[in-house]
Amino acid sequence: MNLNAHRTMQLYGALLLLPAALLLTAFAYLPTVTTVINSLFLPGFRGEPAAFVGLDNYRVLMDDPTFWKVARNNLLYALGTVPTSMALALGMALLVNARLPGRGLVRMAYFTPTILPMIAAANIWMFFYAPQIGLFNKLLGALGFAGVNWLGDPGVALGSVIVMSVWKEAGFFMIFYLAALQAIPPELKEAADLEGTSRRSFFWRVTFPLLMPTTLFVLINALINAVRVVDHLFILTKGGPNNATNLLLYYVYENAFSFFDRTMAATITVVILLVLAVVATLKFTILDRRTHYQ
Amino acid sequence: MPQQPQIRLQSVSKHWGATTAVKDLSFDIQPGQFVILLGPSGCGKSTTLRMIAGLEEASGGEIHMGERDVTRLPPGDRGLSMVFQSYALFPHLSVADNIVFGLRSRKVAKAEQRERLAKVAELVDLTDYLNRKPAQLSGGQRQRVALARAIISEHPICLMDEPLSNLDARLRSDMRREIKALQSRLNMTVVYVTHDQVEAMSMGDRVILMQQGHIVQDGTPDELYNQPASAFAASFIGSPAMNLLPLVLGEQGAVIEGEPTTPVAPMEAAGGQLGVRPEDIELRPASEAGIPAQVLSDEYLGADTIAHVAVGNHTVRVRLSGKQALSGKPCKLYWTPDSAHLFDQQGLRQQALAPLALPASHRSVPRPPAVGSFQH
Repeated sequence: MNLNAHRTMQLYGALLLLPAALLLTAFAYLPTVTTVINSLFLPGFRGEPAAFVGLDNYRVLMDDPTFWKVARNNLLYALGTVPTSMALALGMALLVNARLPGRGLVRMAYFTPTILPMIAAANIWMFFYAPQIGLFNKLLGALGFAGVNWLGDPGVALGSVIVMSVWKEAGFFMIFYLAALQAIPPELKEAADLEGTSRRSFFWRVTFPLLMPTTLFVLINALINAVRVVDHLFILTKGGPNNATNLLLYYVYENAFSFFDRTMAATITVVILLVLAVVATLKFTILDRRTHYQ
Repeated sequence: MPQQPQIRLQSVSKHWGATTAVKDLSFDIQPGQFVILLGPSGCGKSTTLRMIAGLEEASGGEIHMGERDVTRLPPGDRGLSMVFQSYALFPHLSVADNIVFGLRSRKVAKAEQRERLAKVAELVDLTDYLNRKPAQLSGGQRQRVALARAIISEHPICLMDEPLSNLDARLRSDMRREIKALQSRLNMTVVYVTHDQVEAMSMGDRVILMQQGHIVQDGTPDELYNQPASAFAASFIGSPAMNLLPLVLGEQGAVIEGEPTTPVAPMEAAGGQLGVRPEDIELRPASEAGIPAQVLSDEYLGADTIAHVAVGNHTVRVRLSGKQALSGKPCKLYWTPDSAHLFDQQGLRQQALAPLALPASHRSVPRPPAVGSFQH
């Protein structure tokens, strides 16, 4: 009887997990497993079965200079977008958390880029960056400077893409910081004020440490977005010129759907997954231990 | 020669838009005094405290501390510390770091910080908990950390905003004694906000009772209890509250509404109210002299019993010691004239009129002293 009751409870629990487990299996676990398998085989031609080649595909990838260029681009892209957008988000959140005339309007303005689809935002920025009629070059021209080919110059194009991404992301992260700031009890500030604590000192000794959980959350999201979001490349540069703005996921897309090299696409995907797994592990082991959670 | 007051408020007021929280408030606080700001919620007591602290700016009037006019000074320059109702501890810092937070802000040398920390931790009994985070402490211990943070700054003035209201009843009575002992030991000037009359009566050297942004009465706990300045003060202090009975014109004087046989006050008191504390009323057998009444019900509280007694159109509470079962019995009420209070139509104390003596009893029974009038 008791054992039966225990079994029933276990069955009950398993049934509760089933919907989530089914969805995750269908859309996350199965594709991951097939991707890993695909990266270990070479497809057969004219109906031949696929041949197991072990790590050969990875060796080919390591010898591919374009892959290394794209990987370097993505690293620069992450270094360019993640700290900048986070710092900007925190700054904006501090600003709109303070007493400020028209603060609702400012909050909305900061959040607007987040509401826009990435494709739409990229289209707007196309007009900013356009060499002849673009806003930036018009402004530069009015000041008497020569225009820059923002998206066509291999030395500038990645920077232009980074600036647009920061503009798009910062408002979204600001919302998290704003929510966290509002969760800090106002008495903490009052208690610090009574001791004559300067605003700067209060920020570094109280606000910033209390925002750490949010900072970690935003950091992980920003890192994932740096790898995951490439929609704007389709509009702005298509990875060019000469792969100057090509990012890993866009390179996967190119391999799979432009060059029809599904094996190479699967191989790069596995590498991306491994890198992200390492980053996540570092986050959970090192940073979490130093963070105060309430 | 009177001492220079440590804190002086001169017709201080505070309003937000059309709402007035505090209106034309003036009082002086002497060094070493334990002053209670008492009143129901929304009476402006916390606003007053926050204006003294500098967390709210006064809309009008002046605040002086010693010889300085601090009305427009930021809180950090006023030389005071504060204990918050929510304790306002920094959740990410250890107990030790919480306590020395202010010393670090004021750039006190590390060695002195350690020395003062050790002394204060000893004083509030926290030495074993210095490395813990606030979340790992009980409510009482958090309260001690907040106290320690206020004490370590060695400011002469300490403000407390309902510091005990988040504690359970037993802890509260321990902390009441502890705070009082600390205050007299360190000779601090304390301004303490509470809505709890028990805290006010047991801790305060002086109680300032407020209502709707005004001072109703400013005096010692004894004065508030024995000479309430208004019907509001009378009903706010004491538990159960003072009985307030409307007076109407009778044949030989003012009588209790619906009870025309016994005059209780001079004619001129009619239209006002008669106040008698439940512990000052004597319940006598129906055969003796007094005001005829009928016991409706009784509440047994352990040390004493509260009897609800119908007199005229009204009900009065009478405190009797021990357990008594009197429900439904007719009886007589008796009190001495000096334990009765008269209030006029505006609720203010009638200084000029004295209550009448009730018909004396043919035998006089000494009443046992009222026990535990202020215990919960």
